[in-house]
Amino acid sequence: MSDKSEYWRANIRLVIGCLIVWFIVSYGCGILLAPALNSIHILGGYPLGFWFAQQGSIYTFVVLIFFYAWRMNQLDRKFGVQED
Amino acid sequence: MSLQLMTYLVVGATFALYIFIAIKAKAATTGEFYVAGKGVHPVLNGMATGADWMSAASFISMAGLIAFKGYDASVFLMGWTGGYCLLAMLLAPYLRKYGKFTVPEFIGDRYYSNIARVVAVICLITASLTYVIGQMKGIGVAFSRFLELPFEMGLLVGMIIVFIYAVMGGMKGVTYTQIAQYCVLIFAYTVPAIFISLHLTGTAIPQLGLGAHMGGDANNMFLLDKLDKTLVDLGFHEYTLQKGNTLNIFLYTLSLMIGTAGLPHVITRFFTVPKVKDARSSVGWSLVFIAILYTTAPAVGAMARLNLMETIHPTSGDQAGQWLKYEERPSWFKNWEKTGLLKFEDKNGDGRIQYVGKGNKEFKNEMVKVDRDIMVLANPEIAKLPNWVIALVAAGGIAAALSTAAGLLLAISSSISHDLLKGIIAPNMTDKGELLASRIAMAGSICVAGYFGLHPPGFAAQVVALAFGLAASSIFPALMMGIFVKRINNIGAVLGMLSGLGITLVYIFWFKGWFFVPGTAMAPNNAAHWFLGIAPEAFGAVGAMVNFAVAYVVSGITPAPPEHIQHLVEDIRVPGVVRR
Repeated sequence: MSDKSEYWRANIRLVIGCLIVWFIVSYGCGILLAPALNSIHILGGYPLGFWFAQQGSIYTFVVLIFFYAWRMNQLDRKFGVQED
Repeated sequence: MSLQLMTYLVVGATFALYIFIAIKAKAATTGEFYVAGKGVHPVLNGMATGADWMSAASFISMAGLIAFKGYDASVFLMGWTGGYCLLAMLLAPYLRKYGKFTVPEFIGDRYYSNIARVVAVICLITASLTYVIGQMKGIGVAFSRFLELPFEMGLLVGMIIVFIYAVMGGMKGVTYTQIAQYCVLIFAYTVPAIFISLHLTGTAIPQLGLGAHMGGDANNMFLLDKLDKTLVDLGFHEYTLQKGNTLNIFLYTLSLMIGTAGLPHVITRFFTVPKVKDARSSVGWSLVFIAILYTTAPAVGAMARLNLMETIHPTSGDQAGQWLKYEERPSWFKNWEKTGLLKFEDKNGDGRIQYVGKGNKEFKNEMVKVDRDIMVLANPEIAKLPNWVIALVAAGGIAAALSTAAGLLLAISSSISHDLLKGIIAPNMTDKGELLASRIAMAGSICVAGYFGLHPPGFAAQVVALAFGLAASSIFPALMMGIFVKRINNIGAVLGMLSGLGITLVYIFWFKGWFFVPGTAMAPNNAAHWFLGIAPEAFGAVGAMVNFAVAYVVSGITPAPPEHIQHLVEDIRVPGVVRR
């Protein structure tokens, strides 16, 4: 097995990890668990489930994409597959 | 200065800016016309994507949707932002590495099939054209309400502006005007939101104001609790709690996410950055710029709803507990009554306005129409903001509609000139010839879109379901499998796209009429008749799953793709040059 397939496997692991978080904040906290989480209040008067659905999931998405980009740039260099 | 004069000045100034940019950014080659010469900075491309993505619907309709649907409108907030995660991790960097000009071009090459390419072109044109009709209508409405020009006139002015910068500059001109349009629209959206948040909660940041105490006083109720209580007292559903069925909310969100990641005019934006690593970060920047509006919208929605309820049925002051007298209604109420978007009917003849929900036994609802689109546009007037803010909102709405229309028109015209003409019909065309063809295709698309804007087909309102359904069920799976599953071959991909598309279209048409012809629906369009309670708008995710399954199974029992295609897939998976 070459470095290239090792690189690809590392990439897939990273993507799966990020998408698990992506799923948990939106479909998990924002939809499926929202009724249960609503008894907790944060940032003042936000019910937690409602906050995840209308605010928190969006903030997490932003952070996730930058995290993914940062980790991928590291992987690119580690496996020597970066451009130029 | 009168509001109308002020609006002319502000809107006129933004138009002058767009045309100035168009003259500065003329496209000289097909590379510049299709992908802006691949020289756009990732942060600037993020801004342009923000304007490209946020349409008249995001700017004008979304906060109103949230105001009236409360929690259930979260599907739009999560759906239209979560798609960017899929785009960043599953599509954009790889398609940028491939480095061609259009989405159907990748599908055609990867599946070594002109049929696949044509299927992709048809999906792209249908999705984009239906979408662009809505923008044209938005431009017309904004003009007629704020500049008091006839609708047709407004549409024509909008078409001419787009024509100037899109035909001359192609992607290059569109990119730089979109950056300017983003600045106009985000300023126009956040300024009134900050004023209203300050007014209601004493907090300047709307995202925090939504969670704050009324009037910023810890002895008062929280704004959201107050809104819940006000609504429940009048017989409406709680604002922060779920109303719809969970499966439908789940699939609706998923369909919007997959659809967002599969919309060609958005994907193409990431072909314009210099490197693969720029494509990754640029998606992040896009979402930053989009999130500024998308996290403000819930605050605007909730606060606008509360303001509306308090105007009609105040809970404090000397009128507390009294319904508003129709004679004493404020001037914004009168203005919107004129447009027909707000309608009152005095059912019990007491001269007062009763605005109540289904749960109220005492009164009948007398606000027979409260169009959700007026929420953002009327907000500055309801909150008594100065005229320049109202003028700014008009310019922002027009910027949102123009920028999205230009992006969509560009996607349509490039797929005509690059995929159909150069790719299939006349492969020997010179670069100059193709550039001319793409300009003619652009001019033609603008005219077609303008025609449909003037004579909207009956299905204009169903646009969202169709555009997202097509993108989710056909384009996204084809692209994703093309990158992640080497084994998918031409037959599998084509059959997968056709079956995903087919089942989604049939489901939409079943409830909305065959090709949206009124009266041909097979079942009433409501939750009781939907399959497992899934709305037609939410079915794209199911179509995508069918697409994945069919492509996978069919590819498994037919010959593997040829070696050069397998190499192509290996090449796009790494950012740098592959040495064999």
